[in-house]
Order: sequence, then structure tokens, then C-alpha cells
Amino acid sequence: MTATTGQPATGEHPNHNLTGFIIFLCSESVIFLAFFSGFALLKTSALNWLPAGVDGLEWRMPLINTVVLVSSSGTIWLAERCMAKGNLPGFRAFWLLTMALGAYFLYGQAVEWGGLQFGFTSGVFGGTFYLLTGFHGLHVATGVFLMGLMLVKSFIPQNYAGGEQGVQATSLFWHFVDVIWIILFVLIYVWQRS
Amino acid sequence: MTPEFMTSATFPASPPENRSWTRYFGFNTDAKVIGIQYIVTAFFFFLIGGLLAMIIRGELITPAADLVDRTVYNGIYTMHGTIMLFLFIFPVLNGLNNLLIPTMIGAPDMAFPRLNAVAFWLVPIFGSLLIASFFVPGGPAYSGWWSYPPVSIQNPLGHFVNGQGLWLTAVALSGVSSIMGAVNFVTTILRMRAPGMGFFRMPVFCWTALAAQSLQLIGLPALTGGAVMLLMDLSFGTSFYQAEGGGDPVLYQHFFWFYSHPAVYVIILPVFGIFSELFPVYSRKPLFGYVYVSLASFIIVGLGLIVWVHHFFTSGVPQWMRNLFMVNTMLISVPTGVKVFAWLGTIWRGKLRLTTPMLFCLGGLFNFVFAGITGVMLATVPVDIHVSNTYFVVGHFHYVIYGAAVMGIFAAIYHWFPKFTGRMPYEGLGKLHFLLTFVGANLNFLPMHPLGLMGMPRRVSSYDPEFAFWNVLASLGAFLLGVSIIPFLLNMVSAWVRGPKAPHNPWNAIGLEWLLPSPPPEDNFGEHVPTVISRPYGYGTGEPLVENQAEIERQLTLQEASA
Repeated sequence: MTATTGQPATGEHPNHNLTGFIIFLCSESVIFLAFFSGFALLKTSALNWLPAGVDGLEWRMPLINTVVLVSSSGTIWLAERCMAKGNLPGFRAFWLLTMALGAYFLYGQAVEWGGLQFGFTSGVFGGTFYLLTGFHGLHVATGVFLMGLMLVKSFIPQNYAGGEQGVQATSLFWHFVDVIWIILFVLIYVWQRS
Repeated sequence: MTPEFMTSATFPASPPENRSWTRYFGFNTDAKVIGIQYIVTAFFFFLIGGLLAMIIRGELITPAADLVDRTVYNGIYTMHGTIMLFLFIFPVLNGLNNLLIPTMIGAPDMAFPRLNAVAFWLVPIFGSLLIASFFVPGGPAYSGWWSYPPVSIQNPLGHFVNGQGLWLTAVALSGVSSIMGAVNFVTTILRMRAPGMGFFRMPVFCWTALAAQSLQLIGLPALTGGAVMLLMDLSFGTSFYQAEGGGDPVLYQHFFWFYSHPAVYVIILPVFGIFSELFPVYSRKPLFGYVYVSLASFIIVGLGLIVWVHHFFTSGVPQWMRNLFMVNTMLISVPTGVKVFAWLGTIWRGKLRLTTPMLFCLGGLFNFVFAGITGVMLATVPVDIHVSNTYFVVGHFHYVIYGAAVMGIFAAIYHWFPKFTGRMPYEGLGKLHFLLTFVGANLNFLPMHPLGLMGMPRRVSSYDPEFAFWNVLASLGAFLLGVSIIPFLLNMVSAWVRGPKAPHNPWNAIGLEWLLPSPPPEDNFGEHVPTVISRPYGYGTGEPLVENQAEIERQLTLQEASA
């Protein structure tokens, strides 16, 4: 009997969770692909891209945010390495640091939104800006929430003794959110001229 | 195989305790229960969608708009299309996936049973939401099942809760449910196959399900993204699709058809799977060109993703795009043709048994070939521009969906009914159902082609009297289709309640699911998954499918004799 067939008949089959999650992430990436291509199409075909009174986006603060998010991909990798070595306190420390960086990113995004001269309904420029950053922000918030969940689960004795697929999945999700942001940053902040 | 298995007199495991009929009405994680829940729910909505179709054809039997108000008519055809696609055909196919995939690959259940149950229970939820839109001020959505802006972003009454908004919410929930299902089916097929079952020993139905569910995973998110933007335009004042605000209405058409064209393959691919399973059984010959039929599914996936623009050649798309998508669309007929020839090769000089499932398969194949011919016509840009938005398109589409897909689904239901209910359906009623369906479908949908060529537009409740002749024929065909459902329902209900008991393999078919008792125990093979040693469809070769096949069949027969 191989490992693929000797499953219990009821309940989840734990060794398939990661497979399922990776398939889901591939699918999720298509939503972003749709938004990105919609953004590019609307921007290249627009007659007046920027609404009246707006002359572009401030990029310094978002750049700091980018650095924060990219480095959080590094800290989550360190957390996973600690876990692989059985160093649970080290895992918790880096995991918490990653959560803090994620939270800072969300804070930075909120501050940026607060200082903008245009709103959600300010033409296609405003609509796509808030849609893209908002949808991505939702994913960051989900990532931070999932990390919180995994952190709590790490306090259950012996729970993570043999590694934990939830941690792997969360980490994968976080790298995904990070890559999406880099594309988004290039599209929205670097590519400003139409 | 363990020696314990060889001597076990109780193999396969005796049916577990909770076999009460009430389990079909609750949150159950057994794929076989969920499968039947999906199919029964789908047919409930099929009756509603069918009733709307009867109203449409009742209106069109006379040239004047005399049965319903024009605005109501707009709502009725919109809801007919939406219900039939999102609440009938996708759920009924997911029901078949749930029943067939685990049993065909020898898995005890789906990879994620709870997720599976949640995905199912979303169907009645968004179904109720959609039906509820009949009762909100302004009525249901009336912009057609594709909801193109600018029509779909009108909200003349100004209510925040309106038919179009509910439509978008329901379609989004349907997308969530389908994604959950797709993740589950793909994971199950990739990870839970029986020992020895490599990809090229997998039944074609599983190949086509894998292909179709991959399409769901790639296409659906695009529709969801597009629908979110449409909802923003409708309810929150953005202008993604409003030309006056700098937006682009054609962008929505790209998003919509990027999913909704592949959606047609999501529907037809499993039906190709059903044809490939059933023709060998009822012709007593191996499937002709098994490897090519399997691989053709994925060629269809690849090509199916790059043809979507052929739905809006008339929406001001550049000429290079029209040419490119015309050629891509025509190319799809190559892998599809491979399959049709494989089925013909299978039937050719076979020992045909004209049972109800076989009749539905043959009828479905006949209709599909006709739909394929009009499909190539429609792919041609000049023809398409001439017949765009006419009844020619409606006729083509219904030949694919009703003529081929629904008939294939009926074939599958009759074929696997004994396996999952433990009862035999009645042949007489089944054949009557086939006759009414086949005649009704052709009488209903064939006249739409001359109507379209003459220039009758779709989505109108009144028309020029010159179109009356063909419309009367079409309406008569539709009413025949309406009647055809009566012998079907009668057959299903009475067979399930008091039909003759089914043996484990009534059709003398080859496949893992036929090595289980009818109905199978909750965990299918449990710990005793047989090892697959050859390709499927070894009809007439005498080659066993699994190790110890003779012993397994002897045990099953003994068990049936003692029951």
C-alpha cells in the first residue's frame, strides 16, 4: 500500500493541503493578472490619464514600503529555517518580526491613502489605483492574520514537532504577496508617464 | 495485496451505519452524497430555467409581444441563461465529478471533503440569491447573461439592492464555489490515484475533468476580477467601463469572454469524457486512440484560452485581432476532430448495444458534429459579422449545450445510476425520454439557423411576421423538450424507490468503479485499493484491469447472491 492510498476515509488528508494551496495560489495570480492587464490597457488608451489637479504619484514612501515588504520575505524565510532546525523560539521571533513588517506596510499604505488628492471615483486613474493597492492590501492583511493563527498554533505542545504545512503555506502566500507588490510598484509608481 | 485480503469473507467492507436518506439534506462530507446533492439541486434549477424557456418560446410562437411585458421578457431570457449555466450545468457536472473521480481512481473520498461540502452548499445559497432578484424593485437583471456595460451599469430606480447587483453577487459566489471545487478535483486526481494508475492508465473522464478544472482555475479569476470592477461601476460610482469617465466597455468583454469561452470547454470536455467512457462499453471495443484522445483534451485547453475575441468581432476590435482569433478558433476543430474520429473508430464494426445511455451518446455525438460545423462557420469573420447577435448564434450554442452536453449528461446519469443508487433505471421510459429529447432538441434548435441567416435578432419579444413559420416550429420543439423531462423524472424517482436491485456491474463495463458494490460503501475500497495493471477499456482483449480481478469479482458476486 503506498502513501497515496492508505488514507483514512474521513477528515482532511493532511499531506495534500500544500498541493491544494499551491493550485489555489496559481489561480489567484490570474485575478492580479486580469487587474494588471486591465490597468495597462486603460492607461495606454487613455486621453487624459491623470485627473485635473493631480500631477503624479509620490514614490518615496511607497519605496520605503517596498523595502519593508521585500525584507519581510527574508525574515519569514529565516523563521522557516529556525523551524526546520527545531528552534521554536527563533521561529517565533522571526515570525513576529515578519508580522510587524507586514503591519508596518499596511500602516504606510493607510498613511499614503490619507494624503492623496484624489478618490476612488476620480476617473479611471483613481479607480485602478485604489483597486490595485486595495486588493493587494487585503492580501497583506490576510497574510498577517494567517501568521497570527500559525503563531498561536505554535504554542500547542508538540504541534510543530514534525514541521507544519500551515507554516509552509503561509510563507508561500507571503512570498506571493511580495512578488505581486513588486509588479504593482513598477506598474503604478515607476511607470508614471503615459 | 495482503493475505488477509485474500481470505477476508466480508470484502468489501459491509456498508457503514449512516445510510439513512436524511444524509442527503445535511452537511455531509462523503463525495458520493455530495455528488447526488449537486445533481438533484441542479435539476431543481433546471426545472426553473426550463419554465423560463417555455415562457420565452410561448412568447415567440406569435410575432407580436403578447404574452409578457417587454421588460419582463428581458429579465426572463437573462435569468434563463444564467440559471441554466451557473445553476444547472456546472453543478450537475460537479455532481458527476464527485461521484466518478474518487471511484474511478480508487480514492476513498475527495482530497478535501469539508471544502467539498462547503462548495456544494454555496450553490443553493447563490441560487436563492439569484431567484430572490425576481422580487426586488425593478425585477431581475435584464442585460443578458453576459451583462455587457453600459446596459448592465444602468440603475434607473436607484436602489442599492437591485437585480443586476444580486446577479453579480451570485455569479461571484458561483465563482468561489467553482474554484473550491476545482482545487479539490485537481488535487484529488494528481495525488490520490490507485497504485499502478499512471496518467496513461487513467480513464478519459478523469483526463477531461482534469483539463476542464484547470480551465476553471485559469479562467474564473479573470471573470471575477472583471465582475468586481463592474459591481464598482454599478454601485460605487467608478468608471472602469464607462467611456464618459475615461473607461472602456470593451475591456469588460475581454474579461467576460476570457473566462466564458473556456467555460464552454469546461462544459463540453467532461461530456467528451462521458462519450469516451460509454462508447467502448456499448460497442465492446477498446477506445480507439486512447492516448490521443487524452492529450487532445489538453490541446483544447491551450487553444481554448486564446480564442475568446471571436465573441465580439463586431465590438470594434482591430483587424489583426480578428484574423488571429479566427485562425485560433478554427484550429480547435483539429483536436476536437481527433476525438470525433476516435469515437467513430470505436463504434466502427463494434457489437453495438442500443441501451438508453448509448442512444443518448449517439444522439449527442450527432448534434455535436452539427454544432461543430456551425461553429467553424461562426469562426469565419465575414460570416460572424453577418449573423452576429442573430438566432444563428443561439441555435449553434444550444446545439452544443443542449444537443451535445445535456444529452451526454443524461447518458452518464442512466449509465452510472445503478452504481450509485443500487437500482436499475427502466429502459422503456429511458428510450421514450431519448426519443422526445432528440426530436425536441432538433425541432427546437434547427429552425434557429435559417432564422438567423434571415436576420432575426436574438433577445426580442416581437418580430416581423416573415419569421413566423420557423418560430412556430422552434416553439413546438421546445414544448416537446418540456414534456421530455416527465419520463426522465418519473424514471429516476420510481427506479430509486422500487427499481430492480442492481448488480455490481450491470453493463459488463471495465473500470475501478465497477469493482465496487452498488452502491459503494462510504470509503469506497477502504484499505483494499486494487493495483491497476493495464490501460482502461480492455474490451474484447480479456486482459484484466487490476491484480486479483477474478477474485474481487467472485467476492462481489457471492455477496450479491447472499444479499
